[in-house]
Amino acid sequence: MDFGFFLIQLLNGLQYGLLLFLVASGLTLVFGIMGIINLAHGSFYMVGAYLAWSLASMTGNLATAILLAIPLTVILGMALERLLFRHLYARDHLYQVLLTYGLILVFEELRSLIWGDDVHGVAVPALLNASIPLTDNLSYPVYRLAISGVCLLLAAALYFLIQKTRLGMMIRAGASNREMVQSLGIDIKLIYTLVFALGVALAAFAGMINAPLSSVTPNMGSHVLIICFVVVVIGGIGSVKGAMAASLLIGLAETFGQVLIPEVAGMIVYVLMAVVLVWRPTGLFGKA
Amino acid sequence: MNERPAVSGEPILRTKSLSKRFGGLVAVSDISLDLHVGEVHVVIGPNGAGKTTLTNLLSGDLLPTSGQVMFGGRDIAGCSSDQISRLGIGRSYQKTNIFLPFTVFENARLAAQSRTPHALKVFSRAADFAEINQRAEAALEAAGLTQRAGRVAATLSHGEQRQLEIAMCLATQPRVLLLDEPLAGMGPHESQRMVELIKSLTADHAIMLIEHDMDAVFALAHRLTVMVNGEVLESGTPAAVRSSPAVQLAYLGGEELLHD
Amino acid sequence: MNSRLTRFLPYLVVGLLALFPLVESTFYLQLLTKVLIMAIFAMSLDLLVGYTGLVSFGHAAYFGLAGYALALMTPGYEAVSLWWSLPAAIAICALFALITGMLVLRTRGIYFIMVTMAFAQMLYFVFHDTKLGGGSDGAYIYAKPSMKLGDVELVNLEKPAQFYWLVLFLMAATYALLQRILGSSFGRALLGIKVNEHRMRALGFPVFRYQLASFTLAGSLAGISGYLAAMQYGFVNPEILSWHQSGAVLMMVILGGMGTLYGAVIGSFAFIMLQEVLSNQAWFGAWAKHWQLAMGILIMLVALYLPQGLAGLFARFRSKPMPESADE
Repeated sequence: MDFGFFLIQLLNGLQYGLLLFLVASGLTLVFGIMGIINLAHGSFYMVGAYLAWSLASMTGNLATAILLAIPLTVILGMALERLLFRHLYARDHLYQVLLTYGLILVFEELRSLIWGDDVHGVAVPALLNASIPLTDNLSYPVYRLAISGVCLLLAAALYFLIQKTRLGMMIRAGASNREMVQSLGIDIKLIYTLVFALGVALAAFAGMINAPLSSVTPNMGSHVLIICFVVVVIGGIGSVKGAMAASLLIGLAETFGQVLIPEVAGMIVYVLMAVVLVWRPTGLFGKA
Repeated sequence: MNERPAVSGEPILRTKSLSKRFGGLVAVSDISLDLHVGEVHVVIGPNGAGKTTLTNLLSGDLLPTSGQVMFGGRDIAGCSSDQISRLGIGRSYQKTNIFLPFTVFENARLAAQSRTPHALKVFSRAADFAEINQRAEAALEAAGLTQRAGRVAATLSHGEQRQLEIAMCLATQPRVLLLDEPLAGMGPHESQRMVELIKSLTADHAIMLIEHDMDAVFALAHRLTVMVNGEVLESGTPAAVRSSPAVQLAYLGGEELLHD
Repeated sequence: MNSRLTRFLPYLVVGLLALFPLVESTFYLQLLTKVLIMAIFAMSLDLLVGYTGLVSFGHAAYFGLAGYALALMTPGYEAVSLWWSLPAAIAICALFALITGMLVLRTRGIYFIMVTMAFAQMLYFVFHDTKLGGGSDGAYIYAKPSMKLGDVELVNLEKPAQFYWLVLFLMAATYALLQRILGSSFGRALLGIKVNEHRMRALGFPVFRYQLASFTLAGSLAGISGYLAAMQYGFVNPEILSWHQSGAVLMMVILGGMGTLYGAVIGSFAFIMLQEVLSNQAWFGAWAKHWQLAMGILIMLVALYLPQGLAGLFARFRSKPMPESADE
C-alpha cells in the first residue's frame, strides 16, 4: 500500500469513526445519565437521513434541509421523552428493550408509509463538492473533510458542555444521584428531556450529513445501531471519552479491514468486542 | 459488666495490614486484627470509619489494595465472595439483603442448599432433600422465625427481616461470622433476642460484630477495636479500650458514656 | 383454582392438541404447528429471562444456527436422518452457547443485552456475507428429515399431521423437562440468582456456572425449535438470525407472562395469531402490508401496561399473586 492510499484510508477511517461518535455519544449519554437502553436510537439516524433527503428534494439544497431538519428532530426527541421514555426510567431494562423494539417497528413502518422503501441518493452541497489534492495523483473530497471537521467541533462542544458548564455538572450529578439533584431544586425532568433530545438530534444530524456519502437506505438504522452498541460496549457505558476512543478504533479497523481483508471485514467489529469483553468487561473507560 | 477472658491460641482469621483505596480516597488503612473461635470481636467507630468496607474486604465483596487475610494458613485476600463463603466465612449485611419475593423458609433453604453440590441432581425436586430442609429449619429456629416460615419475606417486619438476614448466614454453617449491624433498626425486645442469639453462637464460632448499640457491644465483646477514619485507633480488651484516653477523646467523647 | 385440576391441565391441553389434526388438515394445522414450534423457542428464552434473569436480545442466534445446520446437513435432494441430525444441531447450538456464554456472562445489565444482540448479529453477517449457507439468498431444504428404523419408516414427516405430532411431542417434552429442572435445586438456584445475584454469590453459589448452564441449556432448546422451523419452511435465510426474530420471541415471552412456562406457550399463540390477523389482506386490505406498525404499537403497549403479560391478567382475575415464590 503506498502512502497516498494509506493516507486516504486513514482519513476515511477517522471520518467514519467521528461520525460513529456522533451517534454513539447520544446513546451512551442516555444510557449513562438516565439508565435506559434505547434500541430505537438507530432509527433517529435513519429519520435524520430521510428528512434531509426529502427536504433537500423540496428546497434543492442540503444545507437548508439540514437547518430545517435539526429543530424538527429536537422536537421529536423532546416529544418522545415526554410521552414515552419518561415512563421507563424506573422500569427493568427488559421492558425498555421491548418498548424500544416496538418503537423500531413503528418507525420503520412510518418511514415506509411516508417515504417509501427505495434507496435514495443525496447530492453533496455545491460549495463543498470539490477535492483537495493529497499527492501527485490522488485527491480527497472536501466534503469528507468537512464532515470530520463538523464532528470534531461537535465533540469539542459536547466535551465543553459536560465538563465545563453548570448544565453539564447538573447532568453528571443527575446521573449518579437523582434525588439529591432534585432536592437542590434543579428540575431533573427538564435535564432528562434535554439530554434525550440532544441524543436524538446528534444521531439525526449524523444521518443528515452522511446522507450524500452512504445513500439513504431502509436498513441504515439497524446497521448503525449494532455498531453503536459495540462502540458503547468497548468504550464503556456513560463515558463520552470512551465513545470517542472506541469510535475511532472501530472506524479505523473497519476501514482498513475492508481494504486489507474484505472477506471477513464484517467480523472485525465483533472480534474487537470479544477481545474487550475478555480483557475489560465494563469497557475501556467504563466504571467497574 | 463481667470481664470475658479473651481466648488464647491461634486466631482462625487474621488480617495483616489490610488496606483499600478507591483512587485517591483511602477507605481503610493498615488494619490488622484477629478473630478467634469462641470470641466476639466487636468493631466500633463513627459512620464512615470504614467498618463496612472492612467487612466487605473480609467477605470478598471488595478486593483489597494491599495486605493479607490469613485463614487456615493461606492468604485469601482477593478470593471472590462465593469462594470465601464456601471456605466457611459467613456474613450478614447492614442493609437487609434477602430474597424478598420468596417465603422465609425458601430463603433459609436456599442458603442451606449452597453447602451441598446438589446442583447436579437436576431432576430431583428441590423440596425433597431432607438434610437441606432440616438445616434450614434449624437456622430459622435459632433466629426465632419458625412461626413465620410460610410468610413471604417482603411481608415481614423490619426486625423479622433482620432475623432472617442472620438465619440465612447461619444456614450456610460458617465457622466465622461477620455480622454488620445486626441490631440496626430493632426495638429493645428484638435486640435482646439478637444478643442472646449471638451469645449462644459464640462458643462454636469466631464472630466479628459491627455495632453502634453500646449495651450490646459491652454485653458481648471479648475484644474491642475502635476504628476512626479507616484506621485502628485502639484494639484490645473492652476494659483496656475504655480506659484509653485516645478513645475517650476521639470517639466516645467523655467518660460518662463508657460506664455501664 | 383446584390444585388437582392445575396438575391435570397440561395433560388435558396436550390431549386436545393431539386431536387437532383429526378435525383440520391444512392451513390451520400448519399454523398451529408453527405456534408449537415457537412455543419451544419462547420457553427456552423464558428459562433465561424469566427464571435466570438474563435478558438476551440475541436468542435468535441459536434458532437460526440450528436451521442452517439442518440445511447444511441435508444432502442435495435426499433426506437426512432425524435420529442423528437433530442431536447434532442441538449439539452445535450448545457448543456455540457455551462459548458465547463464557464471553457474554462477563457482563451484566445493559451490557449483556447489547453483547447478546451483537453476537447474534455477528452470526447474521457470517451467513449473510459468506457463501456458507447461500448468502443472503439462503438455502433450500428439499427433503424433510427421515425417521427410519432400518428400512421401515416410523414417521413420515412429509405428512403435515405426522409432522405436527412430532412437534407436539417435542413441545410437551420440552415443557416437562423444563418443569422438572426448574423444580430442582438447580432451578431454585437460578431463581435465586434472578432475584438477588449478589446474595447468592455471598451465600457461596458459583453464580457464573449456574448462569452458563442456563444459557447453554436455553440455546440448546432454542436449537430444537430452529431445526423444526427450518423443516417446516423447507428454507433458511439470514433473517432467521435477525434481531427481528430475537425481538419477536422476547415479545412472546413477555406477552404470555414471563416466569411461567405456560406463559411462553400462551404468548407464542397470541403473538402468531396477532401476526396472522394483522397481516390478513382480506380484513385490512392495503394496511395489511404494514402490519408491523400495529404490532409495534401493541408491543409498546404491552411493555408499558402489561408487564406481567396475559398470565398476569389471569392471575389478577383470580386475585392470586404471580408465582415469583419458588415454592410449589
